[in-house]
Amino acid sequence: MNWYGVRAIYTFEMARWGRTLFQSIVAPVISTSLYFIVFGAAIGSRITEIDGVSYGAFIVPGLIMLSLLTESISNASFGIYFPRYSGSIYEILSAPISFAEATIGYVGAAATKSVIVGLVIFATAHLFVDVHVMHPQWMLLFLILTAVTFSMFGFILGIWADNWEKLSIVPTLIITPLAFLGGSFYSIKMLPEFWQTVSLFNPVVYLISGFRWAFYENADVNVGFSLGMTVIFLLTCITIVYWIFKTGYRLRS
Amino acid sequence: MTQNSSVIEVSGLHKTYAPGFDALKGVSLEINQGEIFALLGPNGAGKTTLINIICGIVDKTSGAIRINGHDNVLDFRKARSQIGLVPQELSTEIFESVEATVSFSRGLFGKPPNPDHIEKVLKTLALWDKRKDIIMTLSGGMKKRVAIAKALAHEPKILFLDEPTAGVDVGLRQAMWEFVGQLREEGVTIILTTHYIEEAEQIADRIGVINHGEIILVEDKHKLMRELGKKQLIIELDIELTHIPDDLRRYNLVFGASGSELIYNYDTQASQTGITSLLGELGTAGIRFHDVKTKQSSLEDIFVGLVK
Repeated sequence: MNWYGVRAIYTFEMARWGRTLFQSIVAPVISTSLYFIVFGAAIGSRITEIDGVSYGAFIVPGLIMLSLLTESISNASFGIYFPRYSGSIYEILSAPISFAEATIGYVGAAATKSVIVGLVIFATAHLFVDVHVMHPQWMLLFLILTAVTFSMFGFILGIWADNWEKLSIVPTLIITPLAFLGGSFYSIKMLPEFWQTVSLFNPVVYLISGFRWAFYENADVNVGFSLGMTVIFLLTCITIVYWIFKTGYRLRS
Repeated sequence: MTQNSSVIEVSGLHKTYAPGFDALKGVSLEINQGEIFALLGPNGAGKTTLINIICGIVDKTSGAIRINGHDNVLDFRKARSQIGLVPQELSTEIFESVEATVSFSRGLFGKPPNPDHIEKVLKTLALWDKRKDIIMTLSGGMKKRVAIAKALAHEPKILFLDEPTAGVDVGLRQAMWEFVGQLREEGVTIILTTHYIEEAEQIADRIGVINHGEIILVEDKHKLMRELGKKQLIIELDIELTHIPDDLRRYNLVFGASGSELIYNYDTQASQTGITSLLGELGTAGIRFHDVKTKQSSLEDIFVGLVK
């Protein structure tokens, strides 16, 4: 195992993030604060409680998950796409490092960054609402599992994309809508039955539901099922990454 | 490892790119330990493809490559850890510092941090004063040095230099070749490609010529120059001739720039070069000359003749 290689990639990626740390932290904090102002204050005054939780507190897990998904995908996809774009990927390909090790370095760094952003948002939420976490260990489990899973997804995206447009199209046109429609700001139980069924095909529902259960012990779907779906999604991503590296898809000519 | 033992063995290497283009057609090649091997060939001959396959950047279609006995696919860790590659152009994170990017390369190749070695490499390449500089602020020549420093960061036994002097000024070019000479003294095997054939002639121990994806020649440089190099005798005449006299036809003389310059191509390895008899017969024929000089054909002349 080339741990020095893994560490080199990990620290390189973290250093890249560190160069724009202020922007990386401040941007999500500002956007989260705006969500609290718009959704929490404006809409929250009309929807007082959902399942016994104040609306402002209810949206906290969804907001963290929303940022976690977008940050994980953008960090990981950019991390691998940019070396491909600039040509510096030659160094990774010619180094005595396995694809699994390279993936650990890139995905590990992307997941770390998004977990940090998630925790910063969690801290920011305390400025606006009173938040209690009933199962902190489950909260951390979902936080880390989701960060790793979607960093892996972003990694796949960064390898698949052959231009900047493709790199941004999936997060913009697929992930963000799925996150908004996955119950970030509402319980899917509030939807008509037909749309509740449709929502169950949205993988983000399970992430948010499980994460919210860790906070308030109420969920749209069973927490074990949420965890199972998240693990299945992670295993799917791992399988795709394994195939990419085995075939050299978009990496080696 | 003894001198002249192979550090790289390439056998039957084929590479076919997707549209059916055969970039390499059964290349077999051995590189000896401690030598400087110059791989020459016109653009698109397959030089970079061959280097990229050996280094693991491009997949082969078939064939085998062994680095000090290690298969470069099955035993890629041991094979790749011995190789350093300086690509044609430096591609790296342009917002990073010189020191950071060189240290990154060392770690990537599985070596523990060694600030002393990084300092030595940076000082040798005159980059020590620039170690904190961001790469995007460096000149083209400095970036070339950074590319070499990155390749040397993990102390490779084999160094590939793909067009290392393309686009760099004369001063840096000479400094680079001096540095390559130092590396050879330290026992590093060097494989280089260059379009400046006079450089290969100056520095290489052996020459390989690749064209249309095939190795058409691998030879010791001096032997190559001796066997394929022509020597010319240039005779400056007092008067201009309109034609070669019939008595001198057996010498296959040709006119030079004008009718007052005769050129005789001869073989230095032959038992009799024919120079004495030619000069005697010129006197007999009443053709007077005022100067005689010789010219050795260059590696470039040989190369052009081979790939034509």
